[in-house]
Amino acid sequence: MKSAVLVFPGINRERDMARTLKLVSGNAPVMVWHTETELPAGTDLVVVPGGFSYGDYLRCGAIAARAPVMDAVRAFAAKGGLVLGVCNGFQILCESGLLPGVLVRNQNLKFICHDVFLRVENSKSPFTRGYNAGQVIRVPVAHGEGNYTADAETIKTLESEGRILFRYASPDGKIDPDWNRNGAINSIAGISNERGNVAGMMPHPENHVEAEMGVTDGRGLFAGLADQLGKAA
Amino acid sequence: MKARVTVTLKSGVLDPQGKAIEGALKSLGVSGVASVRQGKIFDIELDGADKAKAEAALKAAADKLLANTVIENYRIELF
Repeated sequence: MKSAVLVFPGINRERDMARTLKLVSGNAPVMVWHTETELPAGTDLVVVPGGFSYGDYLRCGAIAARAPVMDAVRAFAAKGGLVLGVCNGFQILCESGLLPGVLVRNQNLKFICHDVFLRVENSKSPFTRGYNAGQVIRVPVAHGEGNYTADAETIKTLESEGRILFRYASPDGKIDPDWNRNGAINSIAGISNERGNVAGMMPHPENHVEAEMGVTDGRGLFAGLADQLGKAA
Repeated sequence: MKARVTVTLKSGVLDPQGKAIEGALKSLGVSGVASVRQGKIFDIELDGADKAKAEAALKAAADKLLANTVIENYRIELF
């Protein structure tokens, strides 16, 4: 696995992500600055990490989505390359048009920072193959704008094409408004694009991969990606 | 030339900030407020005096960056 982690001004989760990628795949990612116009040769996974790119000015992810490196990411995705966006990274992918919909202010207007439970909706995606469908994982969230929404037709398409990867759920896997703290439509926590090679999610699986954290439920996502892409690459 | 681009949420899009402001106005005792929607205003100065060119530039600015047309509408005014 040869991964690249994008770095924008104001991003602050890139080192967590890099640490996890190295830990799980054995290979350290290349950190790619936002002004680059090309990705490193041989890149097979691009990760857009979390944080507060450009201070969340205008709209979360809006300015980062227009950075020079995003043209390279678009070209990479168009060739089928795997792209994962987490938290601000998810917002950036939505703003860049690589994923449909948008993340708006949490319904309760509060910044939410604690663990949530996610139900893995399918295990067919390169991003979820490390899990079983229906499995519940515990991972943290830390966001003020994680309330996913899109027009009714887009939601219908996401649902019918099995492109919802993760939903906020109760610890026993029930979809319940009480466990959907940011108010996301249909409890959506993570989605993929039509082709299935671009995915975004608000929670931070990269923060639950080491035994010291008490929970390692995030590991499956990265282990699945490493398996898909081949550890030796 | 001066211009103003006003960006507003499309109707039907949840606006929790507008709702919070609406609640605050009610708790302040401001009467007659039925609902509040929050938006953004961009005051822009343009080079040149060609109105058509300015409008095209502002439309590009709004489509490419100022508004997220998934959830927002925009209005352009030239002064």
